[in-house]
Amino acid sequence: MIIHSIFFYFFSVIAIFSSLMVITSRSTINSVFFLILDFISVGCLFIMVGAEFLGMILLIVYVGAVAVLFLFVVMMLNVAEQKQSWFIGKKSTHIPTGLIVSVLILLELLVVVGGWKYKENVMSSSSLIISETSNTHQLGLVMYTDYILYFQLAGIVLLLAMIGAILLTFRERVGVKKQSYINQISRNPSTAVELVETKSNQGVKIDD
Amino acid sequence: MIEIGLGHYLSLGAIIFFLGVIGIFLNRKNVIVILMSIELILLAVNINLISFSIFSGDIVGQIFTMLILTVAAAEAAIGLAIIVVYYRNRGSIRVEDIHGMKG
Repeated sequence: MIIHSIFFYFFSVIAIFSSLMVITSRSTINSVFFLILDFISVGCLFIMVGAEFLGMILLIVYVGAVAVLFLFVVMMLNVAEQKQSWFIGKKSTHIPTGLIVSVLILLELLVVVGGWKYKENVMSSSSLIISETSNTHQLGLVMYTDYILYFQLAGIVLLLAMIGAILLTFRERVGVKKQSYINQISRNPSTAVELVETKSNQGVKIDD
Repeated sequence: MIEIGLGHYLSLGAIIFFLGVIGIFLNRKNVIVILMSIELILLAVNINLISFSIFSGDIVGQIFTMLILTVAAAEAAIGLAIIVVYYRNRGSIRVEDIHGMKG
């Protein structure tokens, strides 16, 4: 158990520090790197507490896809000169309101977490479920039977997101020569072939 | 303090949620950081769901976590696409410059 608490505090301190750095670091690219560190440490927490499949999914999908997508967009948009700064520049009225709302949310959450009476066997990590089937096996047994509809709906959500992203960023480029099959096929000999009378020793000049 | 229980994980989730909310409210420069704060909030929700699922011995919470991961990935893709289109049209993604709806 002492190992469990040591690792918990290690990873959670890293997670809290890196999420603090995500919102305060001055350049956007550093924010993305700290976001990656945050995902990795929370993924390690998930693996440690026993949800191995979701920890691995967090590492693969978030670090491998979503964070790299963020990195890609940050590098593509050239926002390096747009350093984020909170308190310099134009005075904003959002800062006190935002601070009040955020601190209230934190206090409410801590009151709820601290004042809750847990059931006795829920309270400690000694009640962690030790079963003979692995976490992935258990997840598969439930997900493909009872929750198959939600699984398929998640697939549809991903498909719609893909279509939406492609449609949003698609643009018609001008000045690009393309092959048009319908124009090629729908030609007939009267428009395709032109008969020209040529005089001797002069040749033909074709203007178009 | 030494014995790690459900409350520790819920506190971690609460702190990360708070940092995400404060990032949304206080960030005045860059829209991409707001998207990253939303990712932080969803991560905090995932921590809560997984710790409840583990500590109460019910696997269904992890299934909901997976659905949240799906929606978060879709949201990130759509949001970044919107940001790219906005940058292409306006040449800036500063939060201060985005006031087309006088909000």
